[in-house]
Amino acid sequence: MSLRRYVLKRLLLTIPILLGVTAITFAMVHLQPGDVIDVLVGFNDVSAETERQLREQYNLDEPIYVQYVLWLRDAMVLDFGQSFISERSVGEAISTRLPYTVLLGILALVISIAIGVPAGIVAAVKKGQQADEVSRVAALLGVATPNFWLGLMLLLVFSVQLGWFRTIPPSDVAVYDPALLKFMVLPAITLGTASAALLMRIMRSSMLEELNKEYVKMARAKGLPERTVITKHVVRNSLISVVTVAALQIAFIVDGAVVIEQVFSVRGIGRLLLGAILQRDFPIIQASVLMIGVTIVFANLVADIIYSYLDPRIRY
Amino acid sequence: MATRDKTSERGRIQVTGFDASIVTERDDLVDWEAAEGSKSGTSRRAKAWYRFKQNRSAFLGIGILAFMVLVAVFARPIEVAVAGQSIPIQPIQLAPHSTDTSLVASNTPPNAEHPFGTTQLGRDILSQVMVGARFSLSIGVIAVGLAVLVGVPMGAIAGYYGGWTDEAIMRVVDILYAFPFLVLAIVIIAILGQGFWKMILALVIVGWIGYARLIRGEILSVKENEYVMAAKALGARDSSIIFKHIVPNAMAPVIVQATLNVGTIVLAAAALGFLGLGLQPGSPEWGTILSGGRDAVIAGRWWVTVFPGLAIVFFVLAVNLVGDGVRDAMDPQDTGGDTGGGFR
Repeated sequence: MSLRRYVLKRLLLTIPILLGVTAITFAMVHLQPGDVIDVLVGFNDVSAETERQLREQYNLDEPIYVQYVLWLRDAMVLDFGQSFISERSVGEAISTRLPYTVLLGILALVISIAIGVPAGIVAAVKKGQQADEVSRVAALLGVATPNFWLGLMLLLVFSVQLGWFRTIPPSDVAVYDPALLKFMVLPAITLGTASAALLMRIMRSSMLEELNKEYVKMARAKGLPERTVITKHVVRNSLISVVTVAALQIAFIVDGAVVIEQVFSVRGIGRLLLGAILQRDFPIIQASVLMIGVTIVFANLVADIIYSYLDPRIRY
Repeated sequence: MATRDKTSERGRIQVTGFDASIVTERDDLVDWEAAEGSKSGTSRRAKAWYRFKQNRSAFLGIGILAFMVLVAVFARPIEVAVAGQSIPIQPIQLAPHSTDTSLVASNTPPNAEHPFGTTQLGRDILSQVMVGARFSLSIGVIAVGLAVLVGVPMGAIAGYYGGWTDEAIMRVVDILYAFPFLVLAIVIIAILGQGFWKMILALVIVGWIGYARLIRGEILSVKENEYVMAAKALGARDSSIIFKHIVPNAMAPVIVQATLNVGTIVLAAAALGFLGLGLQPGSPEWGTILSGGRDAVIAGRWWVTVFPGLAIVFFVLAVNLVGDGVRDAMDPQDTGGDTGGGFR
């Protein structure tokens, strides 16, 4: 199957999943106990006029599938209406928060790759030796430590006790502002290390698998120095399988970001989502959940396509 | 060549060119039986148990877990209310203070009377951590158990029948997979509301899909085996083929995953508690104790966060040690790749 055909097939398979994701997001409001209007206004008393407006805005008088289609039409152009709590548009709320989460996520991903991949290589090359044991223990600790607790501990030591970092982020600064970047160091380390532990173990097992293959024997037999065998042959091939878990890593990082933003009070999507949940602000909840879901679906798609490009065998 | 025995009986197949004496010189059939037996049944379990016993770190994990279970059970007396009267069924009290009532001193740093200090509400943190083990441990075990009970039949049915059943179940799984674990759990709790059983329900809804995927993959590879064909030929019902023949042979990775998953679930539950979406505020669940952690840390009250967090770390560490031990015991060929926890 050519790459183009594979991409097309994969895109087609994505459509039902995207529809399902939107359906779940749409259904959230309707799964609530009580009348939809009550849910939408957070069970506050509203005037009959507002209620009529809401009914019209949400097409509540239409049958449910028509409501879904109309909602989907608006969602496609990123129109999620107004937030009931803060009286501003949901799109605006999201677009002001999104850059912070993206920044945090990218920094965390960079840290995770910078630690995880080299550590995995060393652990595999020195299998059974001290370095491997150290990496095993580090990975165990990385998996066992709740990321929010690690964040709290870093906050305690480096911000409160040593005073190296601020405890609250600088407000009203651009995303590339040095003060904000400096502040983001601790959250990014918190988020990146947990993900690095995972990445390291995957890199290690994928390296070990490759090291057992015939071509490695061949490369050694023809007298290539071990260093060249590892860097030119084994690492390159092992990285292919690491790409497949990249999408997994993104889901992991989004998950972590929701919690870590709370620890460091970063004004990102996670905090927006949590605040909205505590205030039962459903337009915001729907918009942020839909955005997260769609991001993960596309991350999966891109990872699959990159993988099929790197390793044409899987385009069955 | 041995002399042929001629037979006059009807229906007997006469084998020529076959020397019966060679057979006796072959490897003992007992070996073969042992090897076959090791693929299923008690012998495999015995071997797995033998390998598990060799694993010291797994035993360290079991030790930590056993200690925590004992502490959880004996932290406070357990009483059962029967007909208006409370009957104690567990009178021992290890935790020095009650977790419901406030003490006089709030925000005291660790000292002789309160080794872990007290909270803002004046509750003894040591007692909270001890009683909190009850919540965290039971949430982990119950949620994983229920997720297995839902996920395994779903995945087994999808894998065995294939076709549209498979499509329907696996599309649901794919859609749920589009949401990160915690985000989905948060959303479900936003819909259901807070509470012990609601939290467990949320974790099960998020958790079963992993088992469904895992067991489906296993079943796809197991169901072509001859013994499945034989069971079908003997006229066994589908349900008995799935649950008596296929599932037991595909369970090994599920057991490994479930063990490791207890740690993941406890971490997720703690994160929910920290976010204020877990149990009711003030319950001694480990994550919920940490929910005011940020303010406490900034105010310099480190003891509020350090000790409950360490309890979580030790518990999840122990679960992972045991889980790794179980995996190595069940599948000695495995290179010991990824460390658990990374379920999704």
